[in-house]
Amino acid sequence: MGIFDKFQALAANRRELETLGIDPFGVQIEQIISPTEGLINGQHTILAGTNNYLGLTFDPDCIAAARTALEFEGTGTTGSRMANGSYSGHRKLEQELASFYGKRDAIVFSTGYQANLGLLAALVGPGDVVLLDADCHASIYDGCRLGGAETIRFRHNNAQDLAKRLRRLGARAADALVVVEGIYSMLGDHAPLQEIAAVKQEFGCYLMVDEAHSLGVLGERGRGLVEELDVIADADFIMGTFSKSLGSAGGFCVSDLAELDLIRYSSRPYIFTASPSPATIASTRCALRKLAAGSHLRQRLHDNAKRLHAGLTALGYTLGAPPSPVVAVVIEGRIEALTFWKDLLQHGVYSNLMLPPVTPNGVSLIRCSVSAAHTAEQIDAVCAAFADLRVTA
Amino acid sequence: MAEYQRILSNLYDGLASFTKGTVKVDEDTELVGDLNLDSLQIMELLLSIEDRFDISIPVSILPDVKTVRDLAMQIKKITQSE
Repeated sequence: MGIFDKFQALAANRRELETLGIDPFGVQIEQIISPTEGLINGQHTILAGTNNYLGLTFDPDCIAAARTALEFEGTGTTGSRMANGSYSGHRKLEQELASFYGKRDAIVFSTGYQANLGLLAALVGPGDVVLLDADCHASIYDGCRLGGAETIRFRHNNAQDLAKRLRRLGARAADALVVVEGIYSMLGDHAPLQEIAAVKQEFGCYLMVDEAHSLGVLGERGRGLVEELDVIADADFIMGTFSKSLGSAGGFCVSDLAELDLIRYSSRPYIFTASPSPATIASTRCALRKLAAGSHLRQRLHDNAKRLHAGLTALGYTLGAPPSPVVAVVIEGRIEALTFWKDLLQHGVYSNLMLPPVTPNGVSLIRCSVSAAHTAEQIDAVCAAFADLRVTA
Repeated sequence: MAEYQRILSNLYDGLASFTKGTVKVDEDTELVGDLNLDSLQIMELLLSIEDRFDISIPVSILPDVKTVRDLAMQIKKITQSE
């Protein structure tokens, strides 16, 4: 068997997409006009699939901060922090993140994927047990695999199922790590975090919460579901990304545990990767200050999310979850979803196409993500495109 | 051996709810190839098998589970270690 034989099924899928004239995973945005508008195939298109929740990618202060860093610190760090040294901004951002959450310390990683990969691969190894919500992101599964821990899934958002699996572990449960997300990226549903925190307390295990899609979105100060449900103290490790609400790229972990600093010296995805560029760090620090003070942005975001959710519900679409910045529309059938996604793009709306096996329960989804920067008119235009396709479907 | 047969018999019952009697299942039946289950259905099948035997099957052993026999052997291993 040749090394490329395993790609045959993938190649067949690609050929099918070519036949249909659809390339949902190779879209080129020819020009970015604003956080919510771009030029695709020469057409002005509303961007409703970017995870740019607060719309900070074009914020003048963030751009100015990045520009200053670029001018005074250069284009890149050219190496890892362990081998080539940290810039002052790296450490300052870590201190600011720790202070934001009221935790002891933080580690910054070069991407959100690497934050989960790097933390988990170093933290849990052979002999350790991790319990994952079944719908956790691939980066969480990959981190567990890289670390070599015994990895057990529990039913999505089911605290009783988690408790049952912890009970089976007996004395080992006290050292187990439970991993959940704040908002799940596919359907936009929230974790029952208070129930999960109660289970954590019952068994005395550790809890990691990935707030990738809820940072800046939930909580009075935008600290995510842990803040909204008042369980910050129960979360031993809070993960997040800079690439969504903070409008740049990178990821982090904050924790009260003194051992967090040791992760830095044993995490290969941290040690053997170039550190974030000065401009990335500078814009992230600026965006974090805005996020913390940005209750008006969150209000706009939620108003927009409710508007889109209500509009699509009124049209009779089946949606994945109650109103949330992720609005996932269930489309029956894989081919139908592919065609719908293409037609939506031709109507001037860019969304995300999500197909099995990455989706929960094997459904096909048109996934929209809402931004605080969307205008009411843009949200209405998205609804109008869905209405048009509903009629012609 | 009796324990393995008990597990196998219980496993056949568990698989029946997924195959709905459309496939004749034996020890050599491949979970993906013969039962025509996709990766998500396999995951759901395993969650239900876990409940049936009151065990947790680590994700890491799944690449080694191709047939009903493989699964029965893994269940036997897990139940004996508890």
